[in-house]
Amino acid sequence: MAHAKNHDFHILPPSWKPLAAALGGFIMLFGAVLWMHDITAWLFWAGLVLTLYVSFAWWAEMVDEARQGDHAPVVRIGLRYGFILFVMSEVMFFFAWFWSFFKHAMYPMEEYVGTEYVAPAIYPVDALHLPLINTLVLLLSGCAVTWAHHALVHNNDRKALIQGLSIGIVLGIFFTFLQGYEYAHLLHEGWQFGADEFYSNFFMATGFHGFHVILGTIFLIVCLVRAMKGDFTPEQHVGFETAAWYWHFVDVVWLFLFFAVYLWGTAGL
Amino acid sequence: MADAAIHGHGHEDERGFFTRWFMSTNHKDIGILYLIVSAIVGFISVAFTVYMRLELMDPGVQYMCMEGARFFADASAECTPNGHLWNVLITAHGILMMFFVVIPALFGGFGNYFMPLQIGAPDMAFPRMNNLSFWLYVAGTSLAVASVLAPGGNDQAGSGVGWVLYPPLSTSEGGFSMDLAIFAVHVSGASSILGAINMITTFLNMRAPGMTLFKVPLFSWSIFVTSWLILLSLPVLAGAITMLLMDRNFGFTFFDPAGGGDPILYQHILWFFGHPEVYIVILPGFGIISHVIATFSRKPVFGYLPMVWAIIAIGVLGFVVWAHHMYTVGMSLNQQAYFMLATMVIAVPTGVKVFSWIATMWQGSIEFKAPMMFAFGFLFLFTVGGVTGVVLSQAAVDRAYHDTYYVVAHFHYVMSLGAVFAIFSGIYFYFGKMTGRQYNELGAQIHFWMFFIGANLTFFPQHFLGRQGMPRRYIDYPEGFAYWNKISSYGAFISFASFILFFGVVIYSLLRGARVTQNNYWNEYADTLEWTLPSPPPEHTFEILPKQEDWDKSHSH
Repeated sequence: MAHAKNHDFHILPPSWKPLAAALGGFIMLFGAVLWMHDITAWLFWAGLVLTLYVSFAWWAEMVDEARQGDHAPVVRIGLRYGFILFVMSEVMFFFAWFWSFFKHAMYPMEEYVGTEYVAPAIYPVDALHLPLINTLVLLLSGCAVTWAHHALVHNNDRKALIQGLSIGIVLGIFFTFLQGYEYAHLLHEGWQFGADEFYSNFFMATGFHGFHVILGTIFLIVCLVRAMKGDFTPEQHVGFETAAWYWHFVDVVWLFLFFAVYLWGTAGL
Repeated sequence: MADAAIHGHGHEDERGFFTRWFMSTNHKDIGILYLIVSAIVGFISVAFTVYMRLELMDPGVQYMCMEGARFFADASAECTPNGHLWNVLITAHGILMMFFVVIPALFGGFGNYFMPLQIGAPDMAFPRMNNLSFWLYVAGTSLAVASVLAPGGNDQAGSGVGWVLYPPLSTSEGGFSMDLAIFAVHVSGASSILGAINMITTFLNMRAPGMTLFKVPLFSWSIFVTSWLILLSLPVLAGAITMLLMDRNFGFTFFDPAGGGDPILYQHILWFFGHPEVYIVILPGFGIISHVIATFSRKPVFGYLPMVWAIIAIGVLGFVVWAHHMYTVGMSLNQQAYFMLATMVIAVPTGVKVFSWIATMWQGSIEFKAPMMFAFGFLFLFTVGGVTGVVLSQAAVDRAYHDTYYVVAHFHYVMSLGAVFAIFSGIYFYFGKMTGRQYNELGAQIHFWMFFIGANLTFFPQHFLGRQGMPRRYIDYPEGFAYWNKISSYGAFISFASFILFFGVVIYSLLRGARVTQNNYWNEYADTLEWTLPSPPPEHTFEILPKQEDWDKSHSH
């Protein structure tokens, strides 16, 4: 900056990334529409590649800025505010899916307006079997990440930081694998992707959760790579802290899914 | 003041055109971009309505024919009514106005430009993400316009399902126009959510030293509360329209009774977003009006603290009244009674605001400049719309008024007239500050009177039509409704002419307007921080953070 300033806020130079990101988003979604109508898929993939590239470049630039010391304490507070607000908006996104689930579970159409609709016979799930294991896997993963966090904050113990993060990531990937296994099993037993409100609610609620697990895992992997390269100090580790918050948010959503959709929602099946 | 002392007027801007406007990380430039794009989209959206009013001017269908859309009636040529075109136009008008005109202008434009200035922040908390919000808004607009032109239902272009996108209409509309519209709303929602995150963080983290929460100017407060509404309501809409997308394209049955789904569920989720949305539209307008009335009455705003709490109360209550949009879907009596009561409660904080504005003017020495005229217009029109809102909140009365022109009149009085008058008030109020040239007062006064007369002429008769039972969203009507429809159409033409005049005033003022030399060209009651800066402000403002005596004029609250 050309002029002296007496504040620590982060004033950024112009950047091509927002324009490119929006362009990537536009191409990707326009392509998705064409793909859904069986016209072409390549436009979607082109947009996705551009979007992912810009996400990567943007993220890398932020890490660089953090290393250069642009993230003064007041900027770090702002980044935390911003991330908490983002998680709140995510919570409200899941609010819509749970609304749909509870509505259909508590007031099914055949009971309150007497339609011709008859719910199909659905292959029962034992919530205390694979879903319970999944719950434990995800919660243990959250514990490992919190362990890593404590190791960093209290002792600056980098070995435990990397170990904790690695265990958290492995368990996260294992969760995704188990979820995929469960989907394959259920579809094999006659569940359908759509076709009934039960399947619709189940697959969209757990599916969006699974998508967020994958995002959170990527977030943790980035943190692991940064930790191995020597980033993060006990005082400054916003990227890691927000990744941990995101991971716990994913945990909490899963707990609601487990108790509502699996334990209660499939009890009568 | 401190900042101006460093830069002076001669501060040169070294950025190139592309760098400045396409790669911006500057909240003031991004605010200007928002205002320009929303004006263009607004013009498209208003042009649609003029064509619709042309069609409604006389009974029968004269312009929107299957044989081809016409601009001149031709009695000798055959005309088969093209209801699809009509439906596309009402849908596009609603979606564009709600998502791509009013929010971007008030929240994106004025919010970006003036909220950081009012709280003495050097920029937004996340300047790069701020530009992402803007470009996502442009991407969303492009998808929305593409949706109007893409193959849609009835083997024609566009989707004719209404801006609320109710299933089963929206899930059965053919073509891919509807999917483009859904993604347009997704993208504009992402843009608004990122904007809201930015605004809230800026407000909480970057206020000038000494500016405690209850010393923040009212416009900044209104942006802050609006941000919360956006943050908490738009993701819910994203969920609802994602369900629509799955129902349409992947055989899901969220809203399809044949698979156990429930179309009413969509209405609930939509309006859980939709009602906060109407406060998202109007709250920033409240903020602007508060400053304009205080300035031109030469009095501090009456009841600052109740004004702040009223904004907060309106924001909170906005989340618990959604089902008053759907009294006729078969809810239980208890549900209807609850939503009726909750809705009427909102009249209390809204009344606090209206009476506080009147009390601000009381015994003031009022100047009838254009921004103040638009503020008067706002007060009158918003109050009319508010009163009809209380009428419509009655579930029993709503049985008669539901989906009639009475509803159309009501929400255009609060939004088209309330919010849009607030936008014009803000533009004239801040024109000199943003551009360095003063607007043309005569042109602005003519604009005001044409628009005020035109808008009232358009929408007041629609109350009568609604009471007579004319349903909304139809291309045609029986002879009995002809008289007031004709008058309403004349009003729409006058309003449209005033809108064109407005562009003329802006262009004239940009080229020939008197140069603004003072930082504060109004008076000492425009006492917020943006008035301590040069007009237009330099590229970087408040590099030296403002001192408390620069802005803290009144006693503490």
